[in-house]
Parts: sequence; C-alpha cells; structure tokens
Amino acid sequence: MAWLRANLFNNMFNSAVTLLLGMLLVYAVSHLWGWGIHHAVWAADAEQCNAARGAGACWGVVAEKYRVIIFGRYPFEEQWRPFAATLLLMALLLASCMRMFWKPWLAALWLGVLAVFFTLMHGGVFGLSVVTTDQWGGLPLTILLASLSVVGAFPLSILLALGRMSALPVIRTLCTVYVELIRGVPLISVLFMASFLFPLFMPEGFSIDVLLRVLVAMTLFAAAYLAEVIRGGLQAIPRGQYEAAASLGLTYWQMQRKIILPQALATVVPGIMNNFISTFKDTSLVTIVSLYELTGSLDLAVNSDPNWMAYKLEGYLFIAAIYFVFCFSLSRYSQWVERQVNRGKAH
Amino acid sequence: MSFWRNQKIRGWLYQLAALLLVVLCVAILADNTLENMRTRGIQSGFGFLLQPAGFDISESLFGFESTQPYWKAFLTGLGNTLKVALIGIILTTILGVLLGVGRFSQNILIRGLCLMYVEIFRNIPLLLQLLMWYLLLVEFLPTAREADPFLGMFLTKTGLTLPWFGDMPVKAGFGIKGGINVSPEFLALLLGLVIYTASYIAEIVRSGIASVSRGQHEAALALGLSRGQAMRLIQLPQALRVIIPPLTNQYLNLTKNSSLAVAVGYPDLVSIANTSINQTGRAVECIAVIMAVYLTLSLLTSVLMNAYNRRAAIKER
Repeated sequence: MAWLRANLFNNMFNSAVTLLLGMLLVYAVSHLWGWGIHHAVWAADAEQCNAARGAGACWGVVAEKYRVIIFGRYPFEEQWRPFAATLLLMALLLASCMRMFWKPWLAALWLGVLAVFFTLMHGGVFGLSVVTTDQWGGLPLTILLASLSVVGAFPLSILLALGRMSALPVIRTLCTVYVELIRGVPLISVLFMASFLFPLFMPEGFSIDVLLRVLVAMTLFAAAYLAEVIRGGLQAIPRGQYEAAASLGLTYWQMQRKIILPQALATVVPGIMNNFISTFKDTSLVTIVSLYELTGSLDLAVNSDPNWMAYKLEGYLFIAAIYFVFCFSLSRYSQWVERQVNRGKAH
Repeated sequence: MSFWRNQKIRGWLYQLAALLLVVLCVAILADNTLENMRTRGIQSGFGFLLQPAGFDISESLFGFESTQPYWKAFLTGLGNTLKVALIGIILTTILGVLLGVGRFSQNILIRGLCLMYVEIFRNIPLLLQLLMWYLLLVEFLPTAREADPFLGMFLTKTGLTLPWFGDMPVKAGFGIKGGINVSPEFLALLLGLVIYTASYIAEIVRSGIASVSRGQHEAALALGLSRGQAMRLIQLPQALRVIIPPLTNQYLNLTKNSSLAVAVGYPDLVSIANTSINQTGRAVECIAVIMAVYLTLSLLTSVLMNAYNRRAAIKER
C-alpha cells in the first residue's frame, strides 16, 4: 500500500496520470493480446489465416517461411551448413565476451573459426557442394557482416586514432580528413560506392564479389566511427603515462603497445560494444544494394508467395524480435563491462 | 647524431612515405576508373546536369516536371531531404526531451513506459522500423471513401490530409478535397526517424539531467519551486551543457538517416541520385553530388550547433 502511494498516487496530478495511463495501457495490452495471441493463427494454414484476417495475427507465416527468412536463398537441403556455421560464429562471439577468453590466442581462434565458417558456407571441399556467395542470406549473412566488419575495422581504427593524435602534421591531416569524410556522409552512399564504383576501381578483367565489396565498405565505414571512440580513450590517458614511457627509453610503438593502448582500450570497451550494436543494425541497409540479409530475405520469403503476401507485418515483427534479442543482450553486456571497468578503477 | 637517427628527419620521411602511398593509391584507382569507363563507353563529366531529367518526382516543394534538367531534380531532392530533416529534428527533440524527463518522474508507470520505449525503439534497426510504418500506413488504413474525419483531419491510405489556413478537407466522390495532403511515404519516413532518434535523445537528456548534482534539485525544492519548475528552470538549463554536443550528433544522424527514404520511395536526394545513376550511368558524379551535399550539411549543422554550444557553455572569468 505504502509503495502504491509513493509511486503512483502521491498527489492529485499523479493519481490522474496513473489512472489515465493505466486505462490506456489496459486497452492497448488487451487489444495486442487479442490480436497477437488470443485470435492469432499459429498453424501454417493460409485459409485459416485468411479467415482470421483483421481479428488476429497470422504467425503461420513464420511457421511456413522461417527457413527462407533465416537462411535466405541458401539451397534448402544444404541449410544445415549455414546453421552450423552460424552456431559456431555465435559461440565464438559469446566466448569473446567472457573474461577468461581474453587471451592472445583468441585472435588465432577467430581466424580458425572464420576459415571453418567460410568452408562450411562456400563448400567445394570435403564433398560439400559449392554455394556461391550470391546465394548466402538471412541471419548468417547479418552476423557475418556485423562481426567481420567490426573485427576488420578494429586494427584500422587504432591506426586512424593514433594518426589523428600524431605530432606529424601530414599524417594527422590525412587521418582527420578520412574520419570526418566518412562520418559526414550516410552509410547508404558508401554502400552505393561499393556497388557502383568499386567495380570501376579494379583493373580490367578483375572483378570482386559483391559480398566482399559490401564487407569492405562496411569495414571502412565502421572504422571511422570506431576511430573516434578509441581516440576518446587515448585522450583520457594522462600525459604522465607518455612521459614515463618515453623516459624509460621505449620507442613510439613499444610505448603504444605496452603502455598506452592497453589502458585506452580498456576504458572504451563500452564504446566499442555500442559501435558493434550500430554496425549490427546497419547491416540491414545492405538490402538496398541487393544482398539478402535478414531484412532482405524476409521480403524474398513473403513477396514471392501470393498466399502469404498479406502477412508481411507478422514477418517484420518476427525479425524485429530477432534484432531486438541480439541488440538488447549486447547492450546489457556493454553495461556489465562498464561496471567491471569502473570497479577496476575504484581500487 | 646520424642522419637516419634524427627524430625530425625521420618524422618527415614517414610523412612523405604516407603521402606518397595515398597519392599512389588514388592515382591507381583513378587510372583504373578512367580506363574502365573508356572501355565500357561510360561518359563522364557533370554536363548531364543540364540535360532534361525525363522522370517525374512524386512530391516537391516548388513543383518539378520531367522536362526540367537534372540539376533541378537534385535540388528538388535536396529540398525534400531538408523538409523531412527539419520537421523531424523539431518533433524528435520535443519527444526525446519529454521521454528523457519522464525517466525522473515520481510516477513509476511513466518511468517504466519511458524506459520501455527507449529499449524497444533503440534496439530495432531503423530501416526495419521504416518498412513497418510504411506497411501500416499503406495496408492497414481505410481508403479515402471509408475514412472518417478526426479533428478535421483525414488519415487514409493516401496519407494524412490536414486543414490549411481555413481550407478544410472534405470527402468528395472517391477522394478527399481541400486541405493539404502529406504523402504516406513522407509520413512513414518522418515517423520512423522521429521515433527512432527520440529514443537516443531521451537517453542523452536523461544522462544530462543525471549529471546535474542532486543538491541543485534539493535546493530548488527548498526555495519552494515545484518539481516541474525545478526541472524546467534549474536542472534542464544546467544539463543543456552536457546535452548539446551529443544532441548535435543525433541531429546529424537524423539528417543522414533520412537517406533511407529510398527504401520507402520518398524522393529525397539519395533516391533521386539513385534514379539518375540508373538512367544515365554516371555513378561517379551522382555519388559525388550526394557526398558533397551531406558533407556541407554536416559542416553547417556543426557550425550552428557549436555557436549555440558556446552560448550555453559555462562562462568562466
């Protein structure tokens, strides 16, 4: 009772707000319940869905199409391959989040897992049939694009951040121009560049795969943002650290590697995680340059079938839930890391 | 000290090497591009901007016809980008500040709903949200014939029709006459941008207010100010110093994100450029136009916001 009084009804105004919001909430929740659960059709039955149209959701579209939504155009019989590859990559991502795995051999593990991932997805060896990259799609592609572009952007962004802090004017200018140029334009224009201009950049008779082009574009884009995050960490290092390292006779790279970067990177882990979350969400844009990641593969799955075309909203909600689960858990993890870092500082 | 050990000389050598590397890369890429364009017969140059565009644009601020030149098409697209960005920035600021302040409400219902809003809309990609809004607007709304007015407005499959300076929209035959019509494409883009960006602004405002020490709030209450007054007159103005720099970033993000218009068919600058690329094949020039325009916009916004930030910053003696 006391809790209710303090939190909901402590004065006239608040009581009125509580009642009004409460009523709205009950109305909204009951309608959502009715549409999404009570009157909803769960079976993959187009006729039943049609009958319930307007009154209830048709989750049958997910039951019917989930394989196309999640794996895109990947050949149906071979879909255990992207499944296994994605599971492997996700396990590695999860492991990379845990403190006990933060060791030098983690980098080697990443290389190994990526090699297995590409072997599984592409095939051509060990009796696996070849599946070209234009048939890759869905969740595996989303996770691949997000993790590879951040992993690739990481070393590049460290160089850019160091360059921007450098005492050498030419290098500083080059890095600043790159970072500000990329941060000033929308991702979509960089993706257009990847799809229209990169082929022109290559020497004649030399063509690169569209997946690789998009991957390069996303890496270059993510690196500019990540560089600013890391620069923030570098600026947080007190001058005394640089001076102490220099007076010990360390060279520039020794100083960065052993003294500055370990401290700077530790303080910006939450920022790096946020960058990863944005990149994960940004992968949805590659649909526009016709790579069928999660958002694109949903269109593919639903638009091709007149029986299910009317239930696109349910499909959207399904993939929205997938994105939400990933991004929400990543942001919770980033908050946990932030607390760990702060606790370390308090000592 | 030997020549190669001299810090200064080594610095210049490194810089020279970096510069040479960049120039070399650019030269190789430019050479390849010119070579490729020649062999594929792609024409280059900005001369095409003076040719007639030959495509229609569904909405424009000052009217556009397909016989008008490309540069006018780009200008129309830019106008549409600015329209959605400006209206979006105003609306998202209002919504974001309300949501951020709501996190400090005494009412747990308000606090909870604000938190839920932020967590839901921040964690779903903007593109997906835009597609969902567009789908809702064009599939689940009544047609103009079945629509009923709400406060003088009509919300139908053809968009939102608002009264405009005494010109009330009325139903006439199959459609709606009078008022001004806002297309569903514009509405979906605006809704998506406003709702998505507001979730970020809410967090910025919340952390800004949290950075103002609690004593300020308590002192304001002790002076006899109400909680609302304390927030409006004491806490928010002080929080503004922390809020403005990241807020600028969000305004820039909203402007850049308006380029997702291409997914819902709103004719913004990027959509027009995309159409132009497909029609003329001048990818280099069209992408250069997009980038130049957005860079200018970013620069202008940061100059303006920096000027405002200097006014809001703490004046030290």
